[in-house]
Amino acid sequence: MGILDVKDVGKRFGGLQALSDVNLSVKENTCHAIIGPNGAGKSTLLNCLVGKLIPDTGSVMFDGNSVLGRSPHEINQMGISRVFQTPEIFADLTVMENMMIPLFAKRDGAYRLHGIESVSSERELVSMAEQMLEDVNMLDKRHMHSASMSRGDKRRLEMAMCLVQNPKLLLLDEPTAGMARADTNNTIDLLKEIKEKRDITIAIIEHDMHVVFSLADRITVLAQGTPLVEDAPENIKGHPKVQEAYLGEAH
Amino acid sequence: MFGLEKKDTTLLILVAILTMAAPFILNPFPEGSGLAQFNAGYPDLMQRFVIFGIFAIGFNILFGLTGYLSFGHAAFLGVGSYSAVWMFKLLSMNIIPAIILSVIISGLFALVIGYVSLRRTGIYFSILTLAFAQMSFALAYSVLTPITNGETGLQLTLDDPRILGASATADGSIPVTNLFGLEMRSAFDLAVGPWTFTFSAGYYVCAVIMLLAFYLSIRIFRSPFGLMLRAIKSNQTRMNYTGLNPKPYTLAAFVISGMYAGLAGGLMASMDPLAGAERMQWTASGEVVLMTILGGAGTLIGPVLGAGAIKYMENIFSKINDNVLHGWFSFMPDGIENFMVAIVHPFVGKGWHLTLGIIFMLVVTFLPGGLVEGGQRVGKALRRNKDEDSKNASTEPAE
Ligand SMILES: Nc1ncnc2c1ncn2[C@@H]1O[C@H](COP(=O)(O)OP(=O)(O)OP(=O)(O)O)[C@@H](O)[C@H]1O
Ligand SMILES: [Mg+2]
Repeated sequence: MGILDVKDVGKRFGGLQALSDVNLSVKENTCHAIIGPNGAGKSTLLNCLVGKLIPDTGSVMFDGNSVLGRSPHEINQMGISRVFQTPEIFADLTVMENMMIPLFAKRDGAYRLHGIESVSSERELVSMAEQMLEDVNMLDKRHMHSASMSRGDKRRLEMAMCLVQNPKLLLLDEPTAGMARADTNNTIDLLKEIKEKRDITIAIIEHDMHVVFSLADRITVLAQGTPLVEDAPENIKGHPKVQEAYLGEAH
Repeated sequence: MFGLEKKDTTLLILVAILTMAAPFILNPFPEGSGLAQFNAGYPDLMQRFVIFGIFAIGFNILFGLTGYLSFGHAAFLGVGSYSAVWMFKLLSMNIIPAIILSVIISGLFALVIGYVSLRRTGIYFSILTLAFAQMSFALAYSVLTPITNGETGLQLTLDDPRILGASATADGSIPVTNLFGLEMRSAFDLAVGPWTFTFSAGYYVCAVIMLLAFYLSIRIFRSPFGLMLRAIKSNQTRMNYTGLNPKPYTLAAFVISGMYAGLAGGLMASMDPLAGAERMQWTASGEVVLMTILGGAGTLIGPVLGAGAIKYMENIFSKINDNVLHGWFSFMPDGIENFMVAIVHPFVGKGWHLTLGIIFMLVVTFLPGGLVEGGQRVGKALRRNKDEDSKNASTEPAE
């Protein structure tokens, strides 16, 4: 039993069976990568974990509780944070304001009509936000309007917003897509460091094999909505089925 | 100071000074001079400035922060007015209980309407609020006549069963609204040379309440609650996945802005104790939208500026008739004079809406941030000039 247990999950979009018989168990404090060709159903699977989609069949258990039927904000409050394939940030707000919102959510829950003290008077949260920004090398951008940042910076900000909540499970959907090589390497270092320092479980979807093999303790290959193989990274590399799935689809 | 940051404190103090000195500032032209008709420093209009300022400040908390565009906020204004008049009829001519009841009743009203309307977003939300407001308007004219007195409007009469206070004064007239004895319509005139400045008790009561309302809105803007409201406008998806439930926040903003509207309605009735259904009409709801956008939605001071600008035009431009125009252009030869009058005529008097429409279009097109953005741009340009001047000044000696 892992911290996240996906059992017999299936999801259908009209005539398309996007997921079928997905079984997956993510062990606590490990990094589990999900790879597979475009359209394999990776994002769909992630959406089933966070309440965006409800699977047609099967069950999803997190930390001993079912997530099915819960809304996204409830699932986040259970300890799951998520980075999107296209960054979802508060584009109208500054970087610092973006960071404060997840901190309030973590401390005060899904809804609280706070007093009318100003945001900047929350010293403790402000310093947590600044620390996190420092960790992702964005402290100098804290007053910037987040809409005006590069795509790579938006991703880093989104990741920082998730990490600052100190989630039990962090879900990353292609976190390095659109990043420059240097930023990708920084992201790898950041995630490695987080993994070492904190009790955190990471599930990552990634096309960049360099990222996958740098981070993953375990890899699941998804093809046409079904897990093909699940194994340790060193066994995945030369696996004939994996070669087949990638070559068969992509080329 | 007051738990505000320096910038906000400065703004608050500036607004306080301007509102307190309004009887002077709005009466810059000597009485009897040709420009005296542009004076806006008479109590009735000044009261309207600050009351609609309150209405717009509240509206901005919903629209400016969350981006939810309500087209039915006049309903809360109307409900506030009716509540206040009933309080005058039944309890006391003191405006405090009346205003308190206005705020409470309109808050409850907003809770119900908001709860239903906020099940939808975007245009559907707007349409729902509009539908509710029009429904309230229609009901006030029909089945609710026992409460609203239908088309006549709710007024005080000589046989109101006022619990605290008499139904009629000793000389047989209807008592007037007051604040612990201070009559709202009392005023004194200060004549300085050719100028006359009027200080009205009613205006100052409204102005103080407006300042309190403004102060509260600054606190809301800067609070975590305000931040959540801006987050709602920015990205509800991210908000959901960050563990926040946007619904109760939006509803709270809706209710708060409804209470502001109720406060404005209650004050309106306190200045002039009658309430009519026309206050709830959709045009009144649209007006506060215009005020907020014209001044600058989402800015602190914008809605107050917008309210002032629109009320000024409504009351001053609308009074300029052809006689006045002929007076202005009388120095020209007859033919040209008539021509000029004919050109200006559609924009003033009853045509003031045309002027408003054009200004509104210009502002929305060229200054999406409203009058506030206009002010900021002017300020920036001036500062740049000054910087250049001082740079020139400082480099010159070196050469
Ligand atoms: N909401 C939806 N409605 C209908 N079809 C969908 C929906 N979401 C995904 N699909 C389809 O389901 C399949 C799997 O999509 P998904 O986004 O999960 O793939 P993916 O593995 O994340 O691919 P990529 O690597 O390109 O991100 C695709 O064929 C996609 O078109
Ligand atoms: Mg995907």
